[in-house]
Amino acid sequence: MSELASELQLAAKVVELVRELAGRAAEAEVNVRHRALALTRFANSAIHQNVAEATTGVRLRLHLDGRTATGSTTLTSVAGLRSLVERTLAAARVTPPDPAWAGLTPPAALHISAGHPGSGEHSGLAFGFDEATARATPAERAERVRAFVDAAGGLETAGYCRTEYLSAAFANTAGQAVDGRTAEAAMDGIARNDGADGVARLAASRLADLDGAALGARAAAKARAAVTPIELPPGEYEVVLEPTAVADLLQNFSVFGFNGKSYTQKQSFAELGKEQFDPSVTIVDDPLGSRGEPAPGLPFDDEGTPARSLVLVREGVTRAVTHDRTSAAEAGVESTGHAAATSRSWGAFPGHLRLEAGPAPVTGLPDAPAAVVESARPFVARMRRGLLVTDLWYTRVLDPKTLAVTGLTRNGVWLVEDGEITRPVGNLRFTQSYPQALGPGRVLGIGAESVLLPDSWGDSRYASPALHLASWNFTGNASG
Amino acid sequence: MSHFDEAGAAVQAALDAGARYADARVMVCRTESMTARNGSVEDLGSDESAGLGVRALVGSSWGFYAVPDLSEPAARAAGRRAAQIAAASALVAGPPAELMPSAPVTASWASECAVDPLSVPLSDKGDLLVRATAAAKEAGADLAEASYAVWDTMKWFVSSEGHRIDQHIRECGGGVTANAIGDGEVQRRSLPGQYGTRGWELIEELDLVGNAPRLAEEARELLTAPLCPSGETTLVLGGSQLALQIHESVGHAIELDRILGWEAAFAGTSWLDLSRLGELRYGSELMNITIDPSFPGALGSFGFDDEGTPAAKRHAVRDGIWVGVLAGRDSATVAGLDYAGSVRSDGWSRLPMVRMTNVGLEPGPHTLDEIIAATDDGVFMETNRSWSIDDRRLNFQFGCEIGYEIKNGKRGRMLRNPTYTGIGPKFWQSMDMLSSETVAWGTPNCGKGQPGQIGHTGHPAAPARFTNVRVGVRA
Repeated sequence: MSELASELQLAAKVVELVRELAGRAAEAEVNVRHRALALTRFANSAIHQNVAEATTGVRLRLHLDGRTATGSTTLTSVAGLRSLVERTLAAARVTPPDPAWAGLTPPAALHISAGHPGSGEHSGLAFGFDEATARATPAERAERVRAFVDAAGGLETAGYCRTEYLSAAFANTAGQAVDGRTAEAAMDGIARNDGADGVARLAASRLADLDGAALGARAAAKARAAVTPIELPPGEYEVVLEPTAVADLLQNFSVFGFNGKSYTQKQSFAELGKEQFDPSVTIVDDPLGSRGEPAPGLPFDDEGTPARSLVLVREGVTRAVTHDRTSAAEAGVESTGHAAATSRSWGAFPGHLRLEAGPAPVTGLPDAPAAVVESARPFVARMRRGLLVTDLWYTRVLDPKTLAVTGLTRNGVWLVEDGEITRPVGNLRFTQSYPQALGPGRVLGIGAESVLLPDSWGDSRYASPALHLASWNFTGNASG
Repeated sequence: MSHFDEAGAAVQAALDAGARYADARVMVCRTESMTARNGSVEDLGSDESAGLGVRALVGSSWGFYAVPDLSEPAARAAGRRAAQIAAASALVAGPPAELMPSAPVTASWASECAVDPLSVPLSDKGDLLVRATAAAKEAGADLAEASYAVWDTMKWFVSSEGHRIDQHIRECGGGVTANAIGDGEVQRRSLPGQYGTRGWELIEELDLVGNAPRLAEEARELLTAPLCPSGETTLVLGGSQLALQIHESVGHAIELDRILGWEAAFAGTSWLDLSRLGELRYGSELMNITIDPSFPGALGSFGFDDEGTPAAKRHAVRDGIWVGVLAGRDSATVAGLDYAGSVRSDGWSRLPMVRMTNVGLEPGPHTLDEIIAATDDGVFMETNRSWSIDDRRLNFQFGCEIGYEIKNGKRGRMLRNPTYTGIGPKFWQSMDMLSSETVAWGTPNCGKGQPGQIGHTGHPAAPARFTNVRVGVRA
C-alpha cells in the first residue's frame, strides 16, 4: 500500500529517488497509472464472469551515460519505488548504448480542444469527467445486462458491460509534470438465433449513455433477420459496411498505416501529401474529444507530450502519421503525442480515430428493417446488388506495405438487390487491401453519423460511420 | 517467503461474506525483455508485479476481485468484494453452478531450468541481440530485429476445499527477424518463435547470430522470387507452422468454454458438438492430438492448473477421432465430464479461465526428407506470417514467410507470399504423411477473454503433408 496519496505524488517521488540514486545527470520519465476496471460478462443469457480490479502501476524509463533501461512495478510503497529505481539504474549501467535516445519532453502545458475541455484536474484545466461512471457498481452493470437480455425477447445472448476509471500522472527530470483522469463505459453483445448471430456495441464516456435495452433489441433484430443464410460464391462485391465493420478498418489503419515507426521504416502504405484515399475521406485522431463528449483519452502521452487533435487524412490526402519522440527524431519532426509503453518497439499509433461522417442523407428513403443501422440505410436503398456487412473478424495483415488484410465477416451479412435486403448470407472470407478499398473513386458514400465503438482488445476507440464501397474482395465462403 | 496466509485470508473473508466456495492466488511476477534493431538495443524492460486475485461462488454466480496489495487486511477486503460482486451477478443468474470434485492438494512444484535467465548479465544479453541484428544487417537485411523475453512467476494458491499449492515457473524465449523492403512490399524471414518453460539454455540453442545471415539472404531473395501459384495442390508444412495450425484449428476448438457458448460474443464458439464426443472424425488416422501440461520444457507446462488440478496427459484426438476437451471444474460439470485441469489466468489480476496447456501432435512415422521425396507436385511452406480463422474455428487462412515448389520429390524454387486456406476437419482428414521430428513450439501471445488475457501455450509438432489444399490466395 502506498504512503503517497496521488499519482502525481508517486511520480514526483520516483523522480526524487532518481536524483538521489543516479545524480542529476540521469534523465528519467515516470508514468503512474491507477486503473479501476470492472467488467460484467454474460453468456447463455446469464452473467457468468464478473470481475473487477483496482491496480496502480509505476513505470520508469531512465537514460544515463548514453544507455537506457525501463522498469515497472505494482509495489508503490517508498521501499517498492526505491527498488524500482535501483533495479532500473542497474540495468541502464550495463545495457549496450542507445544511440536513438531522443531526450525528454520539456515542460509544456496541456492543450484544450476547441469548445471542449480536456482532463487534467491538477493542471488547472476545466474538467469533462463523469464521476458516476468512475464509481459504477456491479449492480449498475448487471442492470444493463438484464435490459439487454430482456430486450432480446428470448433469444440467447452473450456479451459484456464494462466501466473503467483511469487516473494517471507523468513527471520527468526536465520538469514536465502533468496528470489527468478519464472514465469510460462500453457494452458489446450478441443475440443468437438458430446459428445466426446479431451484434450491437457502443462505447461512451458515461455509463448513463449505454442503453442495454436498445442494444439488445438491435442485436436481436439482426439475429432474427440472419437465419437460414445462403452461400454466395467468392468474388468482388459492392458493399455497405456498418460502423462496427468500419471500426476494423480504422484499427488496422491506426496500428499499421499511421504508425510513425512503420512509416519511417518504409513498412506503411502512408505517403504524406499523396492522394491515397477518396476525396470524401477525412480521418482525425481526436484524443481530447469532440462534440461535447468528455475526453476519451488522457491529455498527455507516456513521454509527457500533450495530446492534441491530429488530422491524418484530409479530403483523401494523407497528411500525417503519429510519432513518439524516437520515431519523430528519426523522421526529423516533432512528437505528435502518441508515445506508449511499447511504442519504441512497436511504434506509436493513434488510439482515437474518427472517420468524419458524410452529409446528411436525402429524405424520403424507404423503410429498412430494424436490423440495419440507420446511417447505413440510405446506402442499402441505392445499392443495385451487393452485400451489407455488420462486422469483421480476426483480421490479419498479409503485407504491411499494401495493408492487404484477410479476415471474415461476422454477426450478420445480407444480400441487397435493387435497394432491398433479399437474403441473409453465410459468413465470407475476404482478402483485401484496406487503403485500396477506400482509394480515389472507390468510396460511394460515408454515413451521416459516426458511432463511438470500443476496441476489442485495447483502450482505443473508433468513431465510425457506415461506408458504401464500390468493391470488396471476398475470397472464400463457408465451404472453403 | 510464503503468501499462503494472505491467500487464505482472502478465501476466508469470501466465505464469511456468503460464498459457498472461494479460491485465491497470490502471484509475484518478474518479467524482462529486450529488443534490438540494426545493431543497437532499442528497448530494455524489467517489470515486477505482485498481487492477489480472489474468486468467490455465491449461489450459482461467480465474482472476482484483484488488488496489488499483499497485506492481510487488503486480502480480506478483496475476498469480501469478490463475494459482493458474485451477489450482483445473481441479478442475471444462470443454472446452478457446481464444481467437479477435486481432492485437496498440498504441494510445491517448480519448472526445470538449467540456467536462470534472470541471472545472465544484461550486458551479455544485449551483446547477443546486437550481434544477431548486426549480422543480419551485414548480410543484406534492410531492417533486422531481435528480441528475448523472460517470465519468472511464483504462485501461492489456496482454496476453501483445502488446496495449498505453490509453484515457481520460469519461461523464456526469443528470436531474430530480417526484413527486406522492396518496391511496394516487405519480405520477412525469422527464426520461428521458440519459447518454453526452460532457462537461458533455450536461447543459446537458438544460435541467433549464426542463423541471422541466412535469414537476411532469404528475405532479400524473396523480393524477387515468383509468387506462390494459386490453386489446389499438395501442401507440406514445416513444424512451426503446423504448431500454429494445431493452436488455431484444434486447440481453440476443443476449449470447453467455447463449446458451451461462454465465449460466444468475443473469441467465439466451436464447430464441435459435445453430443459427438468420442465418435466424430476430426482428421486422418495419423492425427493424434494430446493435451499434456506435463510435457517437459514446453511453454504450456505446469505442476497444477489455477484451480489446483494436477497436470495430466490425455488425448484430445485419438487415431483421428475427437475424444477430449480442455476443461475446468465448472465447465466439466456442465458438460458431464470427469476431468478438468486446463484453467489458467495470465496474472493475479485476471480471472482463471479455460486455456490451452500443451496441445500437440504425436509424432508420425516419416521424416521431412521422406515426405518431400514422396511428393511429385506440391508446395512446402514454413514459418507463420499471418493467421486468421472464423469464430467457430473452421474456416482458416494462413500466410507463411517462405515457400518452396516441390517437383518430382525434390525441393525447388523459392516462392514468395505463400498462403493456404481450408476448413478444419477437411484439412486434417487430408493429412497423409507425418514426420517424427517433433519440436515443442511455444506461443507466448494467445489472446482470449474479456478483459483480455495473454496465454502461454505449447505445441509439440512435426512437419506433415496435406492433400488437395487451396494455396496462393491473395488480394
